[in-house]
Amino acid sequence: MNKIFEVPLYAYNRSPDQDASAPVRHKVAVIGAGPVGLAAAIDLAQQGIEVVVLDDNDKVSFGSRAICFAKRPLEILDRLGCGQPMVDKGVQWNMGKVFFDDRQVYDFNLLPEEGHARPAFINLQQYYFEEYLVDRVRELQADGAPIEIRGRNKVEAIGTHPDHVKLEVETPEGSYTIEAEWLIACDGAGSPTRRMLGKDFVGRVFEDNFLIADVIMDADFPTERWFWFDPPFNKGQSALLHKQPDGVWRIDLQLGWDIDKEREKRPENVIPRLKAMLGEDIEFELEWVSIYTFQCRRMEQFRHGRVLFAGDAAHQVSPFGARGANSGLQDTDNLVWKLKLVMEGKAPESLLDSYDIERVHGADENILNSSRSTDFITPKSEMSRILRDAVLDLSEHHEFARPLVNSGRLSVPCTYDGSPLNSADALDGPARTRPGSACPDAPLGDGFLLPKLADKFTLLTIDADAPDMIEEDGVEVTRLALSVKDDATLALKERYLGDNDSGVYLIRPDQHVAARRPSFDEPQIRAAIRRATGKE
Amino acid sequence: MNDLILTPNIDGADDFYAELLSLHEGLDKADSDALNARLVLVLANHIGNRATLTQALAAAALKEEV
Repeated sequence: MNKIFEVPLYAYNRSPDQDASAPVRHKVAVIGAGPVGLAAAIDLAQQGIEVVVLDDNDKVSFGSRAICFAKRPLEILDRLGCGQPMVDKGVQWNMGKVFFDDRQVYDFNLLPEEGHARPAFINLQQYYFEEYLVDRVRELQADGAPIEIRGRNKVEAIGTHPDHVKLEVETPEGSYTIEAEWLIACDGAGSPTRRMLGKDFVGRVFEDNFLIADVIMDADFPTERWFWFDPPFNKGQSALLHKQPDGVWRIDLQLGWDIDKEREKRPENVIPRLKAMLGEDIEFELEWVSIYTFQCRRMEQFRHGRVLFAGDAAHQVSPFGARGANSGLQDTDNLVWKLKLVMEGKAPESLLDSYDIERVHGADENILNSSRSTDFITPKSEMSRILRDAVLDLSEHHEFARPLVNSGRLSVPCTYDGSPLNSADALDGPARTRPGSACPDAPLGDGFLLPKLADKFTLLTIDADAPDMIEEDGVEVTRLALSVKDDATLALKERYLGDNDSGVYLIRPDQHVAARRPSFDEPQIRAAIRRATGKE
Repeated sequence: MNDLILTPNIDGADDFYAELLSLHEGLDKADSDALNARLVLVLANHIGNRATLTQALAAAALKEEV
């Protein structure tokens, strides 16, 4: 039986563009049909913007790759109409164990906060993730949405112009040229787009190699995340065991710097390592083996005129903390509504500079967190190791040391503090919903808050009066009128009002808070809408 | 009450740990050890209370009863 990642999902088909006498101009071109490129394209298409996705391959990602998807990306996928299959297929987990040397030092329960539609995390192979995104593309196509994926279409050259980009595309039947008003480059850490445009990509190299092995086994390990520091089966290094759907387990073994990668990847060398870890008697089959090194780096700017970089093409982090694909989805979530307003002439082009400001801020936060995890997992000096081991020894005996143990700080959305799109906080409310924050979910009887926020600006009123609709210079804002009585658990009040009796929130299409006040004030809200759309 | 606090008590634990590591950056082992010794004495003076310090010594020694 073929594995899903061996089956072409978007096979090459000749496009009429290849026979056009002059280059056909598209609204938006996306380079790369990975998680980030597909999410960008779906977001555009479901809002009626024509988009063509070009990928040099015709299959989903090879091997499981990204496996841990956090709550915020799942909420974004809900908005894109494909969160449910991911959650249905994914493995949910809350328990973890930490081992040091030959013993377990402690275990933990993530104890996710109640009152959210989505779990804190799911584990799901990237190939499933991409497959469900492609399914959503097909569904949109069936509904007549303007979206197309062109497999085995490799962009070989890019010409940038003030009002469009020109792409030279190589196919199995020769090359052709298309144009696009805007280009979103989601072509991964080795981004050919970045290289073709001669843009920088600097940061810190971590001198370490990790072996990833995905094994299929019928073992009764619990659905938990197990992390080993300096275990007997991998002395001086680290190891991770994590469950994925279909009885697939992710095993991550740190190998050190001076190794022969080709040799280490061979099954005759991988299998004894895994047996030492799992036990001699465990039967398993290798699904995918890879050796990776990593860097923490980003482009200086994510916007270059009409070319916008997103995901790993724009920034790269260590895998600890699941901040790669997760942050890429937050990039396009941030970008697409801005691009739409600019394309419709409802916002100035300079609004796109806020994409750069906000997502560079997000990338820096992710790089900081993942670098710290890496420094804890792979100490780079003797004292760093001594302190690390002291934390682990103490963690076995004393609870206080456990928050210092860092095997990856799991991805949470970045708050855009200081963004030029935010209005000054006029509500003395909870810090977690201050301007710039991603809206936390809350239960509303049988449903939840976030699905009620559409792809547009929303004026959320909680026990406050306001018009049902406001239009400010072409930007429409629809009211969502709620009362603290709508949520018997009082999570809505706790998350959005705190000690206040009422609140009015201006919420952006990406579900981030732009402004908040205790009550509706028309001039202030109009000013906040202008500010949130780059007009102040 | 002068009981030693052994539950999480540091706001921004990751920031603190990063700052501690950065203090050691570029030092050789002997200088790092000396720095840690000075840090122990500074923190001990801040705690002050003798009974609490005795509890802290036992906690650091990983003795079961503290």
